[in-house]
Amino acid sequence: MNLHEYQARALLKAAGVPMPDGDVASTPTEAEAIARRIGGTVVIKAQVHAGGRGKAGGVKLARNPSEAMDEAAQILGMTIKGLTVHKVLVVPASEIATESYVGLIMDRETQRPVFMVSSAGGVDIEEVAARTPEKIVRLPVDPTYGLFPHQALRLAFGLYRDFGQVKAAAKIMEQLYSAFISNGASLAEINPLVTTPEGRVLALDAKIVIDDNELFWRPDLGVLRDDSAEEPSEAAARRANLSFIKLDGNVGCVVNGAGLAMATMDLVKYYGGEPANFLDIGGSSSPEKVINALKIITADSNVKAILFNIFGGITRTDDVANGIVAATRQFKVSVPIVIRLTGTNEAEAIRILNEVGMTALSDMDQAVERVVQLAKGAA
Amino acid sequence: MSIWSGADTRLLIQGITGREGSFHARQMLEYGTQVVAGVTPGKGGQRFENTVPIFNTVADAVRETGANASVIYVPPMAAAAAIIEAADSGVPLIVCITEGIPVMHMSRAMPFVRARGVRLIGPNCPGLITPGARTKIGIIPGNICIPGRVGLVSRSGTLTYEVVNHLTRNKIGQSTCVGIGGDPIIGTNFIDCLRAFQDDPETDAIVMMGEIGGTDEQQAAGFVREYVKKPVVGFIAGQTAPKGRRMGHAGAIISGSSGTAEEKIAAFEAAGIGVMKRPLDVVELLKKRMQ
Repeated sequence: MNLHEYQARALLKAAGVPMPDGDVASTPTEAEAIARRIGGTVVIKAQVHAGGRGKAGGVKLARNPSEAMDEAAQILGMTIKGLTVHKVLVVPASEIATESYVGLIMDRETQRPVFMVSSAGGVDIEEVAARTPEKIVRLPVDPTYGLFPHQALRLAFGLYRDFGQVKAAAKIMEQLYSAFISNGASLAEINPLVTTPEGRVLALDAKIVIDDNELFWRPDLGVLRDDSAEEPSEAAARRANLSFIKLDGNVGCVVNGAGLAMATMDLVKYYGGEPANFLDIGGSSSPEKVINALKIITADSNVKAILFNIFGGITRTDDVANGIVAATRQFKVSVPIVIRLTGTNEAEAIRILNEVGMTALSDMDQAVERVVQLAKGAA
Repeated sequence: MSIWSGADTRLLIQGITGREGSFHARQMLEYGTQVVAGVTPGKGGQRFENTVPIFNTVADAVRETGANASVIYVPPMAAAAAIIEAADSGVPLIVCITEGIPVMHMSRAMPFVRARGVRLIGPNCPGLITPGARTKIGIIPGNICIPGRVGLVSRSGTLTYEVVNHLTRNKIGQSTCVGIGGDPIIGTNFIDCLRAFQDDPETDAIVMMGEIGGTDEQQAAGFVREYVKKPVVGFIAGQTAPKGRRMGHAGAIISGSSGTAEEKIAAFEAAGIGVMKRPLDVVELLKKRMQ
């Protein structure tokens, strides 16, 4: 789960990371009031889950409160990469002497949190990593012990020469690490970490991604989710406990298991079609899950045909068949459905479908070829 | 005869009285697996379905029954602790089925597991099955497998079943099928499985089912080139997956430009691995390479 900058700032601030005072506004009037309280020139920053906010016109300077109100009025409501801006962050404009990058990610290879710091900050760190990897200092941390003081210092020496700044930065490393652990993050980033002309070290931007698996026992973090930043169909799927991602094609896919769901999308493409979505109904698929899945997929007007691909292991194929029958009784599905099912309770599933005049295939390739043809015929 | 599991497997089940645990305990018993113990704290002294003795701790179960493998069906918040308990009790093979374990928990558990020198498979995996010994540890349906000489390793569950089903329908039996799991932090990776299959005298060829996200498949391809003499065929799921989105499995995500299907397929091809375009291609590719 991605956090907005203002939410990430609050978590880092709570851990003690020094950053300029600032606040979030939902209206131009609120932005004006914050700018007045801060005084001087401020930056208005769109709070939206998309990179490249500056290039899209979502980050603006304002020299006084009335400019802050005007700029906020411009930014609030604008669309960046398909997402509407509902909030802006108002922070003082800082004078910057140097910009660095500090990131902490849960790394798959070392299976540990890994720090990445670079004195080439303020830019896309992936580009730095690709072009000049020697400019990045990497340090894996054993979570059993946490970040040792000498490790924090080593990272800080990678950024600064002035020992005062080194000590300040080392402290920020420790604070960032503690925020990462206590919030169950999979990524925490300060980009840029700046020094001011007077020599202070400050965090100017913050990004945090929370591990979705933490949310189950951390309702305090769950409330930070911004539903409005999600594709509405994906938000609905999440509430129904379905793993769903909307795509641009016209073949709707309902599959059990993430690997098989990806392979099904790939096979749709292989036979000349375009998948409309990724959808995994999971292992224990109650009929309700199938009904919810069909509701979400049929709401997409691009969808011209729907494929069920179920390999029953834990999933009982008769549960899925019951779900399909119940759904088609509840609401009209106006596009053709192709059903492939095999495995646990297959005979019963086929009987349930046959009773209402539906049929099922047992072969995945046959089913995909047929659904692609149906989608094309309708297009 | 197989890898990591077989006729000498004496299995204990952590979470045997839970909803998932009891369902799959029955399935494993029916298949023929030697289930010697269950563990549910507070229910020590009882028996599961009047047969399998239940213990309060893994240490008790190991001492009383000589269990040498454990399978974990414990809810996500307690699963990493269950892994640590099994490792601390000297169980040499631990298979964790549970999905949804916070990655931080696994990051803490892994150094402990490694320090004890035990093998962890998973988490978020379907487990493993050795059809020739009627031994299944996990949730892979036994009825789709037949004994044989092809080893299979996969990051997913149902996609594994799809491929095993193609093999079985074409009378190509399996030595052992291993699901290593879809999480970013897992105990056993492709290379561990490839090495074991290469060293197993009763495995003649290897099928590996990968997916987008991370670099495990790329490293495995390098390992195949250096070490594996047996024919290998492979598949990568997620060729149509968009970047930056988590495709169901927590580990199935293309970060930036790394972990794409193209990158992995190219690594397979460079290592001489036969690349399946569709799951069903496994049959023709294997037949061609096993001649």
